[in-house]
Amino acid sequence: MPQLQIVLRNCRIIDPTNLDTYVKNGGSQGLKKARRMKPENVIEEIKASNLRGRGGAGFPCGLKWELTRNSPGDEKYLICNADEGEVGTFKDRYIIENDPFSLIEGMAIAGYAIGARQGYIYLRAEYHHLVGLILSAIEQMKSAGHLSDIDIFVIEGAGAYICGEESALMESIEGKRGEVRYRPPFPPTRGLWGKPTIINNVETLMNIPPIILNGAGWFKDIGTERSKGTKVFSVSGDVTKPGVYELVLGSTLRELVEALAGARNIKLIQVGGATGRIVPQGMVDTPLSFETILGAGAVTVFDESRNVLEIVYKTLEFLAEESCGKCVPCREGTIALIGIMDKILNGEGRAADILSLEELSRAMMLSSLCGLGQGAPNPVIDTLQHFRADYEQKLVAKERVKA
Amino acid sequence: MAETHGAQIPSALNRFDNLLWLIKETQDRFGCLPEKQLADISESLGVTKSDVYGVATFYSFLSVQEQGRHVIRICKSLPCFIKKSQHIVNAIEDVTGCSLGKLTANARFSIKLTNCIGECDKAPVMMVDGRVYADLTPGKISQILKEYH
Repeated sequence: MPQLQIVLRNCRIIDPTNLDTYVKNGGSQGLKKARRMKPENVIEEIKASNLRGRGGAGFPCGLKWELTRNSPGDEKYLICNADEGEVGTFKDRYIIENDPFSLIEGMAIAGYAIGARQGYIYLRAEYHHLVGLILSAIEQMKSAGHLSDIDIFVIEGAGAYICGEESALMESIEGKRGEVRYRPPFPPTRGLWGKPTIINNVETLMNIPPIILNGAGWFKDIGTERSKGTKVFSVSGDVTKPGVYELVLGSTLRELVEALAGARNIKLIQVGGATGRIVPQGMVDTPLSFETILGAGAVTVFDESRNVLEIVYKTLEFLAEESCGKCVPCREGTIALIGIMDKILNGEGRAADILSLEELSRAMMLSSLCGLGQGAPNPVIDTLQHFRADYEQKLVAKERVKA
Repeated sequence: MAETHGAQIPSALNRFDNLLWLIKETQDRFGCLPEKQLADISESLGVTKSDVYGVATFYSFLSVQEQGRHVIRICKSLPCFIKKSQHIVNAIEDVTGCSLGKLTANARFSIKLTNCIGECDKAPVMMVDGRVYADLTPGKISQILKEYH
């Protein structure tokens, strides 16, 4: 399946500092059309398109909007999640750098649909360098009359991976520690300041204007049965052409990393960042979709020279540091996983340690409060499945047979 | 201070009772979060000092310890790690004569490691204050740091 530019339609074509170039290239037409529709019909169109969230979880976007619109109360909020902190992800940075206008147009449509008069872009602290560009885009769109019914603000994070998790993100906007909330209630019922709220990823919102403009039928023709449209991927690691690529959903990992990014001698690919999946070279023909593997689109390639256990160790180290600390399985579990990995890496591991890794992983997946703790064991589980020999070779000599 | 947070204050966000915003403002003014200022925030908001420190120590871009006039953050996450980010760390230590986690003698720089900063296509990378430097080689470090006084 080919590359197709829906989300990246304006990137490297328009001048991201100049609204006129955006409008000349068809910008703002989706918003104009949406405002001629009833808000309910805008939501219907998004629902019919089967657009799913691009931040990793894949929740149906239109359903989220509908729940928020139907929640009682006049005060509702819209949040754009621009806190992409997943290791190896930089697609939202690339999108904002090249086309901030489409994002704001998508937010204006979302705000109109759910009845939110305020929208926030929660931008990670590491992307401070984008603030000026976004504020200028908002200002230009406001002056041109595109934001008559919504105020859009930029709120900067302060350095915390977990704030990309939606409930932690809202805690952070409210000025607190970025700790995740117990759910239910979910944000469409009780979100920011206890009010109904939708939180959409940058890339999800980028899809909104073209869907409204071209119709749900057009969008539904692209992709696989349960994954409609395209996905933007950030490719890094052992490739000759790292960067951002947009492919029709259902394209294979091989097309992305070999044909486009120029990977050779692949050992494994981490798809979806630290909490994502580890795919061995033998499975490189796996299609990229919600049905198979996807995440937020981080794709890091490791060639044959790389040490599997070191990759797992570094990943766990990251997650232990970034755990918010609220729930025990994640806070203590990530540290315990590192302890066991450390032992194995030092050649002191025993067969029982591998069993402990598996048992602890299961417990964390079952009992952690959010995706961080639930996803933290993924690199361990996947490498134990595909690279078990790498673990066994490191065990104390007489223990190797038993593992 | 070269790092500024919160370019704009939304009307719905009352800056005077938003703990994180007050803390960020303090760091913008003082370069770090001195004990006295955090105690003042605790008093003015009527929240405990431990609540204030809870927020102040949660986020990696906030610092209760004294920081240099410029903060160098070298990415240590996997895509940079496999592109030899350790060589960048070594070069920075050589050029500044200061080791990781420390403050240079003249308080010009703090040197820290950081998690993924979203520039992995240009690894290895680092940030100096709010600015990103990509496609680094050890040879580029001394020239980059010359700009910072």
